[in-house]
Amino acid sequence: MDMMVEIIDTREDLKKEFIQQRAILDQAIPGFEYQKREDAFAHFLKLGIPSTRVEEFKYTPLEPLFNKEYHRSYTFDPVSFDKDLLFNCDVPNLETQVEFVVNSWYYHPEHRLQVLSNGIILGSLAEAAKQYPELFQKHYTKYANPASDGLIALNTAFAQDGFFLYLPKNTVMDQALQLINMMMSDRNLMTQQRNLIILEDNSEANLLVCEHTMSNHDFLSNSVTEVYAGKNARLHLTKMQNENNESSQLAAVFIHQEADSQVSTNTISLHGGFIYNRFDVALQGRGAHNDTFGLYLTDRNQHISNRTLIDHAVPDATSNQTFKGVLDDDAHGSFTGKILVRKDAQRTAAYQSNNNILLTDRAKMNTKPMLEIFADDVKCSHGATIGQLDSDALFYLRTRGISQKEARLLLMYAFTYEVIAAIPVEGLRLRVEELVSKRLRGELSRCNDCTNGCR
Amino acid sequence: MEKDQDIILNEVTQSEYKYGFVTDIESDSIPKGLNEEVIRLISEKKNEPEWMLEFRLKAFAHWKTMKNPNWAMLKIPEIDYQDIVYYSAPKQKKQLNSLDEVDPELLDTFNKLGIPLEEQKLLTGVAVDAVMDSVSVKTTFKKNLADLGIIFCSFSEAVQEYPDLVKKYMGTVVPYRDNYFAALNSAVFSDGSFVYIPKGVRCPMELSTYFRINAANTGQFERTLIVADDDSYVSYLEGCTAPMRDENQLHAAIVEIIALEHAEVKYSTVQNWYPGDKEGKGGIYNFVTKRGLCKGRNSKISWTQVETGSAITWKYPSCILKGDDSIAEFYSVAVTNNHQQADTGTKMIHLGKNTKSTIVSKGISAGKSNNSYRGLVRVAKNASNARNFSQCDSLLLGDQCGAHTFPYLEVDNSSAIVEHEATTSKIGEDQIFYCNQRGISTEDAIGLIVNGYAKEVINQLPMEFAVEAQKLLQISLEGSVG
Repeated sequence: MDMMVEIIDTREDLKKEFIQQRAILDQAIPGFEYQKREDAFAHFLKLGIPSTRVEEFKYTPLEPLFNKEYHRSYTFDPVSFDKDLLFNCDVPNLETQVEFVVNSWYYHPEHRLQVLSNGIILGSLAEAAKQYPELFQKHYTKYANPASDGLIALNTAFAQDGFFLYLPKNTVMDQALQLINMMMSDRNLMTQQRNLIILEDNSEANLLVCEHTMSNHDFLSNSVTEVYAGKNARLHLTKMQNENNESSQLAAVFIHQEADSQVSTNTISLHGGFIYNRFDVALQGRGAHNDTFGLYLTDRNQHISNRTLIDHAVPDATSNQTFKGVLDDDAHGSFTGKILVRKDAQRTAAYQSNNNILLTDRAKMNTKPMLEIFADDVKCSHGATIGQLDSDALFYLRTRGISQKEARLLLMYAFTYEVIAAIPVEGLRLRVEELVSKRLRGELSRCNDCTNGCR
Repeated sequence: MEKDQDIILNEVTQSEYKYGFVTDIESDSIPKGLNEEVIRLISEKKNEPEWMLEFRLKAFAHWKTMKNPNWAMLKIPEIDYQDIVYYSAPKQKKQLNSLDEVDPELLDTFNKLGIPLEEQKLLTGVAVDAVMDSVSVKTTFKKNLADLGIIFCSFSEAVQEYPDLVKKYMGTVVPYRDNYFAALNSAVFSDGSFVYIPKGVRCPMELSTYFRINAANTGQFERTLIVADDDSYVSYLEGCTAPMRDENQLHAAIVEIIALEHAEVKYSTVQNWYPGDKEGKGGIYNFVTKRGLCKGRNSKISWTQVETGSAITWKYPSCILKGDDSIAEFYSVAVTNNHQQADTGTKMIHLGKNTKSTIVSKGISAGKSNNSYRGLVRVAKNASNARNFSQCDSLLLGDQCGAHTFPYLEVDNSSAIVEHEATTSKIGEDQIFYCNQRGISTEDAIGLIVNGYAKEVINQLPMEFAVEAQKLLQISLEGSVG
């Protein structure tokens, strides 16, 4: 299918900057230099920022985001934020190792890269590229193709740092890892964060990623995360998106799964001005299993887009997708999901569902659950609903003396629970439960016990 | 019923495309090519009034600014619009009053197709408008219908005799700017059917149009307009066939339906254009724009289609639910085999309050074919209490084919309830084993199971059509097992 590619013209601006900052960019990630950046940028110039004329972005208007003025920073300025603020985002009842990325730069007061006793490496992406070039180059840009999408090309051309995680064969992270992505600045800021997560065969990790903004400026974050899961590797990724209403987050996650690997993602979008989540999963080994879950609670003028592609490239792989959303006020939601079953990917079982509740007549939901199937011995289904709270259930609760407001909250909470229940780490699940129930009550402006004042 | 099934099964064991013959009828064709002159010539040949020619020319001017749509999941080879004959009519005298005056060759053609053109087949109770190549050949039962005030005639006749009605409704549901093929059709359409059911009349018989492409290198561009006035009812059938030819032929039609207050229109199609041979050579390109407007309160439009033919199908019979409490339905079975491609589905646009729509789509792919469902359900801001249920199932026979589903749901109103579900699977080995065990061959078993799978849709068809549809399903899947 040929796509009409309409281009929003921010390219001239970025082109000037790309040429200006060339020397700095080329030094940023060793092994990813001149020609590779040049190629990525050429793709960006060709593709541009996708407009709503591009089928995948039909319901995701990026134009207004890129028409704002942003500052772009090419060096990390550690002075501009208060380090003490960082260490309060912990999850109660859960032992986690906490790592920080500030404005797309990995930050730790003591080191750039850490090697744990069992060989696990974590820290700055740029540093990892320098210290472990072979490992880095084996995976970097192998799963996110800059030729396929303007946003990916843009990130690849400009990315300087981000988070890096490596688990050698047969290692298990004994505690969950919490990665906190923060945006803090005294002016509007655009960032291009790049993360790389590598799980070798038989390894296992739990990762919690929290997205926060620390000031009320317009932030535009265009991030790309690549994940490699080797044979029989297990990764659970929970994302909490809690940002200010002026911020825009475009986050693409590319997951490559080998045989018998299991990767699950839960994305909980609580706050954010404009959120675009993309999950691109390539099931490349027999017996691989993927769960992609999402929950979004939006109100005011927020926009949320979730886009998925589960690519069943080999036989005997399975996948589940569940996305649920509650849209209030003038919120606008969209879901673009696709299951692709390639020729010969027999005995695939793939499911996809998207359920939405609209609370007002001004809220809007567009959903597009798609199946593309080229093999015959498969079980694939998808379902999508858009509706409102069940009036019978509401009435039932009212007859039991529960107030209208409380009954609505109960039902909404029950509706969202399917996604929350899929979070495997108990402490984390309880934490998300609490945040979601607060969010539904409209009480959530900051996380529990936190004095940071995230907005 | 069991017996019928057996007869059908026997009947089809050998058959390929049995409507592939060519009738040797002298036809009056104009030279190939498309330009303003050709459009003027068509209009002149049909002795059209000035306003009609203007409409055509406006459409043509707009068409020239448009591009071939390429968003569908179809591989459409480049079409040379200058290499098509835009007008071809069986040569015959002006006005026909009785059947004796019809060219016997022509009658023979329709008899071969099993179309009851002869009035003696009164018992079948179907009024037929037969369209060969581009021109309406004969409309039966005209007098009986006229007694009730029903107008059922060829489109050209309507332009001459009921210009006010045509002017009032033509292009109101599918404007010529709508899409590439609609613009093309608006410029060059040659004939088609026109139906008007007056207030309070329930049409006593099924109305039917039979389309036949006969001449080589011609395109067929017909236009159907159905207007159901307040409190009326009509059921309309459409069938189509074409000879087997090695080159592809283009069919770009427009169907417009308008249902006024409390009116109901049921439109059934059995589409069996020549699908091309086993290697994918030849066949019809079926690029059709069909749309109904539930204009009045409480009106209802129902589309039922059985799509087995055509090399490429690009077709989305849609409904605009404008009147409050209006209802729209879409039932579809689309079968693709060998190298056929289909991208078909519907659009349900909810504008009025308390509107309801139902979509049931069953896709069956076999051979090396690709079959896509593409549908849109839109609930506008003021369309409170809208309800939609969609079910789109796909069945895959063989590992070389593809089945795809592209549903679009756009909801702007919180009181809407919109549901979509779809499954894709193959016929269970246990089901086939069960049939084999009872002495039913694998091929027949598949036929049985497919018919069962499609029953929900076929049950919506009028009886005569249901039988034909069942046979067609069988034929289309012939040789797809193995």
